[in-house]
Amino acid sequence: MTVQPLLKIEDLKVHFPMKRRSLFGGERRWVKALDGVSFELAPGETLGIVGESGCGKSTLCRAVLRLVEPTGGRTVWLGKDFSELDGEELRLERRNMQIIFQDPLASLDPRMTVRQIIERPLLNFPNRENAEERRRQVGDLMELVGLNKAWMDRYPHEFSGGQCQRIGIARALILKPKLLVCDEPVSALDVSVQAQIINLLMKLQQQLGLSYLFISHNLSVVRHISHRVMVLYLGKVMEIAERDDFYRRPLHPYSQALISAVPLPDPKLERAKPRMRLQGDLPSPLNPPSGCPFRTRCPRATDICAAEMPPLRDFGAGHVAACHHIEA
Amino acid sequence: MAKTNTALRPAAGVRPAGTILDVKDLKVEFRTDSGKVAAVNEVSFTLNAGEIVGIVGESGSGKSQILMSLMGLLAKNGAASGSVKLRGQEILGMKDDALDKLRGASMSMIFQDPMTSLNPFLRVSTQLTEVLVKHRNMGKSEAMQRSIEMLDAVSIPDAAKRIRLYPHEFSGGMRQRVMISMALLCQPAILFADEPTTALDVTVQAQILDLMKDLAADLGTSVVLVTHDLGVVASLCDRVIVLYGGRIMESGPAEILFEDPKHPYTRGLLASTPRLDEQTHGELHTIPGQPPAVATAALGCPFEPRCEYREDRCKTVRPIIQDNGTRTLACHVVSL
Repeated sequence: MTVQPLLKIEDLKVHFPMKRRSLFGGERRWVKALDGVSFELAPGETLGIVGESGCGKSTLCRAVLRLVEPTGGRTVWLGKDFSELDGEELRLERRNMQIIFQDPLASLDPRMTVRQIIERPLLNFPNRENAEERRRQVGDLMELVGLNKAWMDRYPHEFSGGQCQRIGIARALILKPKLLVCDEPVSALDVSVQAQIINLLMKLQQQLGLSYLFISHNLSVVRHISHRVMVLYLGKVMEIAERDDFYRRPLHPYSQALISAVPLPDPKLERAKPRMRLQGDLPSPLNPPSGCPFRTRCPRATDICAAEMPPLRDFGAGHVAACHHIEA
Repeated sequence: MAKTNTALRPAAGVRPAGTILDVKDLKVEFRTDSGKVAAVNEVSFTLNAGEIVGIVGESGSGKSQILMSLMGLLAKNGAASGSVKLRGQEILGMKDDALDKLRGASMSMIFQDPMTSLNPFLRVSTQLTEVLVKHRNMGKSEAMQRSIEMLDAVSIPDAAKRIRLYPHEFSGGMRQRVMISMALLCQPAILFADEPTTALDVTVQAQILDLMKDLAADLGTSVVLVTHDLGVVASLCDRVIVLYGGRIMESGPAEILFEDPKHPYTRGLLASTPRLDEQTHGELHTIPGQPPAVATAALGCPFEPRCEYREDRCKTVRPIIQDNGTRTLACHVVSL
């Protein structure tokens, strides 16, 4: 028996058009920010999404919420085709999916008080509560996210980065969503504050049964918070696996390189650990390599990698990876 | 990984062994509308030849201001006091024209964002050769030759051609390599690096850290690295200084300090960082509150308001710095 997934993404594509080279100039070129991404998210689950800048992590967030319109593919939300929804239907359904951002202060309006910021989403939807009731809800939420509700009428600049992120989380939660998309929510925070927000997100998930799409470039944070991990490279899925399986036995050469590149806070381990160094940088998404996008930096690349994109293969227990050179 | 040109290696004995930089009681103050704010207080450390020292701290800890004051690059309202000796010569409060002779030649600096520290209007070749023409009185063509060698040394492929490009034509990682090559052109004794890999992806960060390690070893350059990333410090540094609220909490050899952190702040930091190499379960350890925005003028220990071991005296009496010869610690509660 499988639980119905909260969210099912099938072959999602987001292609951005480029400016034409000249007035008459040839074919229109496209940047394939996301190219055929499929995954599922169960209720109450956290899917960590990792990859280098330019791999399509943030575009994926926005495409799932339809903040950018996907070029192709389907989003099935609670069994319904979310990609077909339009206008008012889309607006009402979006209540259930909210987003928090990387820069906590920049995502709050400096001229609104914390109360106005947190209650604002309520005003967008019918059956809105009266002011008294909204005030009570804001107060409850502020306590839930660890803010003193006596600060309700203060402005964002009076709060620290970690507190602003808490305000952003409260705003995202006031509509009681099922899905919270977290786009690098702790990257801008100091180490000692980062742990507080991670703990808060994990506590809220347990209390409210939330699902998270958790985007981060920090593989240690992803290991702590996620149930499953997905690796993206130039808009394509390289690997998806259960968290423990992924960190113990990363299959894709790119995943192995990512994990190997993270410096550990332990000089002895650092010296002893085997090194796998990638050469060069991420290729330009304007002109991606043929076949497997990773082949230009891959230590195991052969002719077949240039010829065709390897399909995602299942290596047991839902551990899938896209590489020609993994032994089953 | 970096194939350093053997011609760049200084002959044995060129660099005097021992202490290159001696910082004593460094204090950095800024004049603000609400009075003087001390961002750095009583910071003392030494840097030996060929050594890599890491300064770790969170935002507002004053870590960058230490480097800025050493390079004489403090903002207009800032002033440094104390003593900073470069090979025995006092450089704090030196006149700009005297300092100009040292900057770039004896000590140089790389920054977090390589795009904003390169001039977008000038070719890389112009920006690199300028350094040699100014500090080494080289001719244009000799400077060009040397610059190409240096780009080659930091593993920029096809250096002779790429040197003609503009900064925007390089990727982030390559730009940081250009910055490093520029900083090392005159074989400075000291390289100051302010969060040099923070803006880079992990795979590129690993390349740059390898490169810095190799270059420091090959050229005998001493490095002071400022970062918030404990992993970066552990992988690169010989010694570590932990900074909080503008003061040194603890310092010592990296290996000892990471294995047996003494200060409650260092311990808290390490415990609140999720680990990549082992599964952490449940709640992460947290340090309550947040780092002070500017160094507080507190009488006692700056970490006192967030410390779980605090005692009454921590608020009112500043801990004396314990020093056992290998490491230092500023704490009332824990002793070395």
